[in-house]
Order: sequence, then C-alpha cells, then structure tokens
Amino acid sequence: DIPDALCERDKVKFTVHTKTTLSSFQKPDFSVPRQHEDFIWLHDTLVETEDYAGLIIPPAPPKPDFESPREKMHKLGEGEATMTKEEYTKMKQELEAEYLAVFKKTVQVHEVFLQRLSSHPVLSKDRNFQIFLEYDQDLSVRRKNAKEMFGGFFKNMVKSADEVLIAGVKEVDDFFEQEKTFLLDYFSKIKEATAKAEKMTRSHKNIADDYIRLSATLNSLSAEESTNYYFIKFCLKLFQNFLCVCLKKVEGRVASDEELKLTELLRYYMRDIQAAKDLLYRRARALADYENSNKALDKARLKGKDVSQAEEHQKRCLQKFDTLSESGKKELTNFKARRVVAFRKNLVEMAELEVKHAKNNMTLLQGCIELLSGN
Amino acid sequence: MASSSERSPPPFPDTEDQDVLDSEEVGGRDSDEDDGEELFMSASNTPLTKQDTPTSPDSQASDLMEDLSVGPPSSQTEKSAASSFPEEFVDLTNNLDAESRVAAEISSPEPSDEFFDILGSETQKVEVEASVKADSGAPQRKASSRPEKGLFGEPDEDLFGEPLGAMSKKTTENEGKSSTAKAAGPTFSKPTDPADIFTEEAATTVPRTSNTVNSKANGVHSEEDLFTEATVELSLDSPRSSRKNEDTSKPSASSSSSSLSAPARQAKPPPAALEELEDEEEAELEDKFDVLVSVKDPEKVGDGMNAYMAYKVSTETTLPMFRNKLFTVRRRFSDFLGLYEKLSEKHGPNGLIVPPPPEKSILGMTKVKVGKEDSSSADFLERRRGALERYLQRVVNHPLLLQDPDVREFLEKDELPRAVSTQTLSGAGFLKMINKATDAVSKMTIKMNESDAWFEEKLQEVESADQHFRKLHALVESLVVHRKELSLNTANFAKSAAMLGSAEDNTALSRALSQLAEVEDKIEQLHQDQAAYDTFSFAELIADYIRLLGAVRGSFDHRIKAWQRWQDAQAMLQKKRETEAKLLWANKPDKLQQAKDEIVEWEARVTQFERDFERVSATVRKEVLRFEKQRTKNFKRQITKYLELLLQSQQQLIKYWEAFLPEAKAIA
Repeated sequence: DIPDALCERDKVKFTVHTKTTLSSFQKPDFSVPRQHEDFIWLHDTLVETEDYAGLIIPPAPPKPDFESPREKMHKLGEGEATMTKEEYTKMKQELEAEYLAVFKKTVQVHEVFLQRLSSHPVLSKDRNFQIFLEYDQDLSVRRKNAKEMFGGFFKNMVKSADEVLIAGVKEVDDFFEQEKTFLLDYFSKIKEATAKAEKMTRSHKNIADDYIRLSATLNSLSAEESTNYYFIKFCLKLFQNFLCVCLKKVEGRVASDEELKLTELLRYYMRDIQAAKDLLYRRARALADYENSNKALDKARLKGKDVSQAEEHQKRCLQKFDTLSESGKKELTNFKARRVVAFRKNLVEMAELEVKHAKNNMTLLQGCIELLSGN
Repeated sequence: MASSSERSPPPFPDTEDQDVLDSEEVGGRDSDEDDGEELFMSASNTPLTKQDTPTSPDSQASDLMEDLSVGPPSSQTEKSAASSFPEEFVDLTNNLDAESRVAAEISSPEPSDEFFDILGSETQKVEVEASVKADSGAPQRKASSRPEKGLFGEPDEDLFGEPLGAMSKKTTENEGKSSTAKAAGPTFSKPTDPADIFTEEAATTVPRTSNTVNSKANGVHSEEDLFTEATVELSLDSPRSSRKNEDTSKPSASSSSSSLSAPARQAKPPPAALEELEDEEEAELEDKFDVLVSVKDPEKVGDGMNAYMAYKVSTETTLPMFRNKLFTVRRRFSDFLGLYEKLSEKHGPNGLIVPPPPEKSILGMTKVKVGKEDSSSADFLERRRGALERYLQRVVNHPLLLQDPDVREFLEKDELPRAVSTQTLSGAGFLKMINKATDAVSKMTIKMNESDAWFEEKLQEVESADQHFRKLHALVESLVVHRKELSLNTANFAKSAAMLGSAEDNTALSRALSQLAEVEDKIEQLHQDQAAYDTFSFAELIADYIRLLGAVRGSFDHRIKAWQRWQDAQAMLQKKRETEAKLLWANKPDKLQQAKDEIVEWEARVTQFERDFERVSATVRKEVLRFEKQRTKNFKRQITKYLELLLQSQQQLIKYWEAFLPEAKAIA
C-alpha cells in the first residue's frame, strides 16, 4: 500500500499514486490527481466521524507556502538592475533551490499523511479515504464558506472553553492522567523548541546568504585584480577563496536543510501531539458526559421518573467512554513508540548529515589551504 | 651615467625646500654661485684624473671636460683652490664651507648621532671605503663598483643600507640647516643649460634624488671633528688600493684646505654608489626587518570622561639600532594618533604611504569610559588593540619609517609629550578639519591631465579596490552579525532541547535529547568563536585595507599637489618673462635687472618643482608597488589563517556530531 505522490506546478496538484493488495480496491494500481484542499477535506471528515473519536487522527498537512520564495523571486527580478550579474544569478539559483526544497517538503508532508492513514488498521478501511484514493475524477470538494469557517472558529472556542471546564473533572485512570500532564508539558516544550529551531535555521540561512554575497563580491574583486599582471597570483588566490566560500555556502544551505529535518520533525510532532491532545479531549469529553449522565441517573432515580431513559443514556456514555479509553490507550502507546522511532531516525540522520557536511567542508578547506600555501 | 651622477646632485637639495627658498636668499645666491662653480669644477676634476682609465667616460662627460679641462688633471684641484685663494678670500672660505659640508657626506652616517654608537667602527670604515672607491672618478665607477660589492659582501651592504634609509629621514628635519647648501644648489644649474641636461637626466636621476638630497642635508649638520675623523680614516683606508692611493694621497698630504677639496670631489659619486646598493638591498630589507611590536593589556586610566585607555607596547627586535632587545612602554591612544600626525606631516608630502591608525571612536570610547563592562566594549577594545598592533607593525615594517626618530622615540622612550592636536574638539582638530575641507575642494577643482598612464591606471585601481573592499567589509560585518544571531539562537535551542529532554518520558530519548542540547551548546560556542574569527581576522583585515587605500590615495593627492606647484611656478615664470619682455620694450634698464633676477629665480624654482614632482612620483610609484606586494603577502597570510580557523571549527563540529551519533542510535 504505497501512495506515491508526484506533483505538477501551478495550484499544487498532487498526483496520488496507489499500489495496493487490498481487495476493497478495484484495481491493484492506480493514480488520481488531488489538490491540497482535498487532503484537508479528508482530514476533516475523518475528524468528524464519531467512530474515530478514540483514534489519533494524523494531523493534516500544512498549507504549502510557495508564496515567500515566489515573492522573493519577484523582488529579485525588480532589483536586478542594482546587482551585479553574478550576484543576480547566484541569488536566483539560491531561490530556485529554496523553492525546490519547499516543494519537496510539501510533497513529503502530504505523502506522510496518506501513509499514516493507510498504515492505520482502522483508518485505512475508511470509506472516504478509499474514495479519496480511488475516485479518478476531480473530487470537487466544496470549499468551506464563510459561515462554516466561522462555525469552525466558534467550535474551537467552545472546545477550548470546554477544555478548561473539563480540566476540573477528576480523572479516573492514572494512565490518562499521566499521559495528559505529559502531553501538555511536552507540547509546550516542543512548541518552544520548534520556534527556536526555526529561528536557528533562519539565521543559518542568513549566513548562507551572506556567503553568497561575499563570494560574489570577492569574485568581482578578483576579476578586477586580474586585469593587473602583478596580481595574477593574488587574484587566483582570491578566487580560490571565493570558490571555497561558495562551497561553504552550499554547506550552509545543506546545514539549513538539516535543521529543516530537525525542525520539521519537531513541527510534525507538535501537530501530532495536538492530535493526541484532541483525542484526550474527546475522551475527557466522553468522561464528562458519562459523569453527567450518572448525575442525571441519580437525579432521575431520586425523582423516580425517566429512570430507564437515564440508565440507557448512562450506559451508552459509559460504553462510549470505555471504548474511547481502550482505543485511546492503544493509540497513545503506539504514538509514543512511533515518536521515539521517528526521533531516533531523524536525529541519527541529522547527525550523520552534519558529520558528512562538516567532513566535506574540511576537505575543501584543506584543499584550499594547500593550494594557497602552494602558491 | 657618470656625468649625470655628477651633476644631478646639486639641483636636488633645493627641491627639498620650496618653502625655505625665499626671495631673501636671492641676494646670497650670487656668492653661492661662484662657490657652486668652484665645486662644479672640482667635481669635474675627478673624471679628468681618470681619463686614462680603460672605461671610457660617456660622451656628455667628455664634452664637459673639454669645456672645463685646464692643465694636467691631477693638479686641477690644487690649482683651482690655489688660484681662488689669492683672488677672493671670502669666496674661498665659502668654498671651503661648502666643500666641508659636502665632504662630510662621506661620513654622514656617523654624524647622525643615533647611528654613531651602533654602527661601530667597522661599519664606519666600510662606509668610508665605499665612498673612497666611489670617489675614484665617475667614469670609472662602473668598473670600481664591481670590486666594491665583492669586497664588502652582503652583511656590510645591509649595514650600509640602513643608515642610508635613516639619512633620508633626516632630510626634512634638517631642512632649515641645509637651506644654505641647497641655496647653492640651483646655482649649479646655471653654468650649464638646465633644459637639455636635466631633461636627459630626469629619468635616470629620479630614483637617486632622495639619496643625494639626504647626503647633502646630512653633510650640512655634520660637525667639524667628525669630519676630520672621517678624513683621517679615509686616508688610512685609502692605501689599500693604488688607484685610491693616487686620489687620496693628495688630500692626506696637502694642507687642510686641499684635504677638504678632495672629499668634495668624493661627495658626488657616493650617492650613486649607494643608490646601486640600495636597489639590491630593498628586496632584502623587506624580509629582513625583524621588529616585532605587540600591543597588549589595554588598561583604563582615570575616571569619568577624562579616562583613557593605556596600552602596553612591547617591542622585540634584533636590530642593532635599538638599545635593548626587548622593551615595553605604555602608550595611550592619542599617542598613536600623534605618531601618525608626525609621520604623515613629515613623509606624506614626499609621497610615502604612511600607514593610518584606527579612527577615533567617540561612541565606543564613551562606553568604555562610562565603565560598562559589557561585551560590546570588550569587543571594541579588542578590535582597537588589534588595529593598533597592526598599525605599529606596519610602521616598523616600512624601511623608511622605521628609521624615523619619532617612531623610535615612540617605541623606546618612557615618557612621551602628550599629543594635543589629536583631540577631536581641540582647535588643532578644527584647523585640521578646515584643511581637509579645502583639500577636498582643491582636489575637485584641480584637473590634472595625467601624463603618466601608470598612475592613472593605479589610481583607478585603487578607487575600485576601495569600493570593493567597502562592500566586502559591509558584508563581512553582516556575516558577523548573523553569526552572532545564530549562536544566540543555537543557545536558545539548546536550552529548549534540554527542557524537552527533561520532559521526555522515554529514558533513552530523553538522554539523547539532553545530549543534543549539549552538542548544540558546544556548537553555539563554536559559532561564537567563528564570529570572533570573522571579525578579527577577516573584517579587521579589510577595514585595515580600506584605511590603507585611503593613505594610498593621499599619496596620490600629494603627487598631484606637487604637480600643481610645478604648474603654478611655470605659469609664474611665464608671467615674469612677459614682464621682462615688456620692460625691454619699454626700455627701463633699472627694472630690467630686477626682472631678470626674478626670471632666474623662477626658472630655478620651476626646475626645482619639476624635480620635486618627479621625485614624489617616483616615491609614490615605489611605495605603491611596495604596498601591493605587502598587500598580496598579507592577504595570503590572513586568508590562510582564516581558512585554517574555519577548518578547525569544522573539525570540532565533526567531533561533536560524531560523539552524538551513537547516542542517537542508542535510542530504542
């Protein structure tokens, strides 16, 4: 079951390619065009499905942000006259690379979302999901209108208010109690870490930008010097330096890519934890409902009327809560294991890449120094 | 070559004192004229004595000799001295005076008191020998200079060369004293036709000018006893070669007056010989100077707004001209500025590139004064300290500036008179600002039609290099800022990673996260260091060169100024000639004489300014070449250093991440 997403340009169309062995699909191999909004729709329907309340719904992929590189490109085009030729081409290349990186990242995020869904035992059997994968016409998802948007906003408000209210409800299960505090704590921490890592990445990128400009200036300087016979050696050396710096710039970019790995990981888990928190919220909600129904039952017993109805309700709530707790427990344990694995993978990768780049850099620098001292 | 070296010296001295040569001296010049003629004759004797030598004097010299040759060559000096004696006693004394001055040239290194002790008797001897040989006749010098080199070998040449450099330092100082000697100078040009000879010589004599000027100037202030000492040694040394013997036997045997006249002949050749030596030495000197100056321990002295920073200036040297091998003085920042003021005043007009010190920074200093112990003021101090150190090192690396007494005073003397004029808000500072403004205006108004493509090209090059360096500097600065930012952000991340680690419930992951935090912490340190490297070894280097390029431009400006003076003088001469023509036409003989005098004076001045300009041009050219050479070397060194630092930090990075890798893998 490997959804393989490819993409065409404008309006970010993803081509979702699916290979499957499941019998529920008509063909073992098919691909459909999808847009970002379709993904959001899929996520929303999953969240709204009552049956999945006890599951951690994988977070929806974030909206692809191609605007900033595009805007930068535009600005660059405007400022072309003020820059030297080399500088311009350098910057352009850099922007293109950035654009490509963003693009790749977006595709990857969407892919991960689908993979999470397809690997999930319950969610992979979801009807909507299968439609999403299979239906080869445009899904023509109705865009949310303003009212719905407002409704969503209102719902969020209610939810957070509710959350505060429910916080008072005593937890019956230690596991969930623990998990809740942990997740809350972890969420704030990881949020902070994400922000910091983002900042770090940004300054890293700034440095890479500086390197580009530096190398361009050095290049023009060395071009200048080369007109003078006396300086041929000198300019060679400068050029050498420039080259080195240029490669250094590449390193800077790749390093920032690394940070992206780290940041991306953190960010993803931030969202994931948010989803887990949602699950907890739903459970707590169910718990509150149950308790309310308990109270209602008591009241009904006291009054001696509607007892059976209240009993019914209480039973339903208890059942719901139990199933929620059950699946929630499983999900959370899964989540934990998944998180650890993901962290491990990413951290190892990052460390390896860092080492690789540093080594690359080192050899470059060494070569540079040798050339310099040899000159 | 021979004749040019003979004749070239006289005109040069006057180039030194454009200001000194006033109209008052015009009267005195008449007597000087005869005096000069005497000198000239005695000088032209030397070729005659050697006429029979195999090396043929060049055509010009022989032409002159034909004009001047009277009687047997060997007796020429005596005759001229003797004949002039009865006729004009005053003249003779004048003559003697001049001769003694010139004669002292041979011993010139000795009179300059600083060198007296260190050079030792051996060097003295060497010098005297050198001049003796040189004096053995201009035509023969070509032949004689070869054995001379072989004879003395390298070490002697070095020693010889250094004082020479020192002498040139002296020139400006001695200006006042040497004015009379210089006044005699222009008269030399009169007997011959200045136009044709000088133009011919111009190319060859230019590099030599400074030497001749110096020797002349030094000669003037040499004392009588030293002089005699020199001649005694001369006579002692002379027997070494029969050829010299022939020459020197006269002075040693004859009366004091004739002994004086002999050195007078010697006077001219030495500069030429020295000049040859200097050329060779130049290459050596550049590498040879091993004066190591370090500026250390900035220390706050005083309180409040009157506080200042004192730096410890330690000098380590193997040069014999310093009394100790290692010495330390305390200097404040304005002392450095004062040194620069003195140096630029003295050497700037000659076209030397005087290394500029770091600028005053009121803001930075105020911060330090207020006493905030934050990182920015520490950073500022460190930057300034480094800049001052490099500045001093540059000064002492300059072969000419090292010889300057002010430099050595600065390095050696315990107490230094407070430099007042460096204060930004003082009257002198105000005057300086006005001067700068007028300079800028005149720079804009003077349109120099550049005669030399080399200078034009260089100037352009310097301008564009300046621009590029400025841009580069801005970029490096922003790089530093960004790197600091990065290090800050990395630190922040490290902190939150540590927190995340503490919140994590999986023990292995928690450990890994705290490890990550540690790694990031180290990396932060690394970035910080890197930012410091960026600043100190890269940004500062560039800042230095921006300043230096300013100095180079300054020397170009001086050259243009010299040119301007020359042009002005020419215009003036033209005007005087016109007045003369008018007077001639109006038939006013009484004023005519005055006009003629004036013309003569202005002709002299024009020649002098022209020489001046050429000399400055030559110096500038030499300096620029030197500057470029040094720049190349310096850049190479710095860049290599910078790259090495980068390499180091990369290695550190590898180490950190490699240490982290197993931790990450241990997560399970």
